[in-house]
Amino acid sequence: MAPEAIAIGCSAGGLTALERLLAQVDPRLPQPLLVCCHTGSATVELMCELLARHTRLRVTEARERELPQAGTVHVAPSGYHLLIEHDRRFALSVDPRVSYARPSIDVLFDSAAEAYRDALVGVVLTGANSDGAQGLATIRGHGGIAIVQEPGDAESPTMPQAALERAGADHCLPLADIPSLLNRLCLA
Amino acid sequence: MKEHSAGRTDGELEDIEVELFVRALQARHGYDFSQYAPASLKRRVQQLVHAHGTGTISALTGRLLHEADFLTTVLEGLSVPVSEMFRDPEVFSALREQVLPLLASYPQINIWQAGCAHGQEVYSLAILLEEAGLYERTQIYATDFNPAALRHAQEGIYPAREAQLWSRNYLAAGGSHTLADYYSARYELLKLDSRLRRNVIFANHNLVTDEVFCEAHLVLCRNVLIYFSDPLQDRTLGLFRDSLVRGGFLCLGTRESLDFAPAAADFVPVDAGLRIYRLGAKAPRAG
Repeated sequence: MAPEAIAIGCSAGGLTALERLLAQVDPRLPQPLLVCCHTGSATVELMCELLARHTRLRVTEARERELPQAGTVHVAPSGYHLLIEHDRRFALSVDPRVSYARPSIDVLFDSAAEAYRDALVGVVLTGANSDGAQGLATIRGHGGIAIVQEPGDAESPTMPQAALERAGADHCLPLADIPSLLNRLCLA
Repeated sequence: MKEHSAGRTDGELEDIEVELFVRALQARHGYDFSQYAPASLKRRVQQLVHAHGTGTISALTGRLLHEADFLTTVLEGLSVPVSEMFRDPEVFSALREQVLPLLASYPQINIWQAGCAHGQEVYSLAILLEEAGLYERTQIYATDFNPAALRHAQEGIYPAREAQLWSRNYLAAGGSHTLADYYSARYELLKLDSRLRRNVIFANHNLVTDEVFCEAHLVLCRNVLIYFSDPLQDRTLGLFRDSLVRGGFLCLGTRESLDFAPAAADFVPVDAGLRIYRLGAKAPRAG
């Protein structure tokens, strides 16, 4: 099935990686991009601004109850878990941190996998913890496509390494090659 | 469909199990979670399964039906006890600067803290009012559907490791002393000054099923409605509207969206970014 959404998780080094990734992603992408990036900041406002400078995609904080939009990067707000309901609208939660993280990549990936089933692409980039590994396994379990940045290519290899060990990947490649793969998978 | 189809079936199966669990909870104990946002509810139910090693949600449902005292555990697992004192400090400074001066004109101030969980915000509010010189004539109604959470809130005892963050929040919110003036710490625990709850009534109230019980000048309900479906969010906003005096204030969580709630039309933003609203002229109610 053609992908209907792309979910991306990253942590340490994530901002730079996202900038590089989004710069090369085709702005005609009909899928929304759902991003969960751990940051120490109180809000993701600045992150959205910085990302917007590098891409022609629209970048915005994910708002609860709204539908993800085509060709738009929706960033999980700081301090909240971001979830996708079965009707594919965003939901937020202040439930406890999962593996020390809120937003948690696992929470986003798990719920998005249930909402999009096999029409989801999950991407795990650089990061210094193992969040996202279990969620990526859920995505694959639902028949979605898993893309993992080559750990050796990542600023922090722990997260992609953990994802590979726990979930495996349909594609494991350097960051520079991920945008063209996404464009190929998603613009078909 | 791809080769990994098992998860897909499991997910669907679990949706059915959650539905049955919710029905059992209502039929056996009268708690209605059917209007909760499904994704978070499912996660919490899964966590209960994990925490109690029941293996499946159905087995959890079995315990819920057959073990009378299991309800307490389930309610605790399904409610949101996580908060901080002065969480989102900018909200508390806005309350201090924009809301309290207007509340000061009332001889008696009633505040409804809806969904008070473990009470961190109740005490934050009491401190805020104390420092504004308004607490003596304020009555705070702190409500929650979870009796265990209410007991915890009433005790006002928290892990001491929270003190650092809460103190930072307190100062960022414009506190005029230090937070340590309001608690005593011993071993791993901190206990808030019991004088802070002298004007607090802790009461059981379920936003899903209960009605208005007081006339309020300010309603605080932060990060509770995010767990509600659109219709339940709308119903709850209607409760707040009916509870508030004309010109009364409503304070929600900073990331909550009112775009899908018709009842929101009755509220005028005071600070839209911080989700502080004021009740406009009350529209006549249908029926």
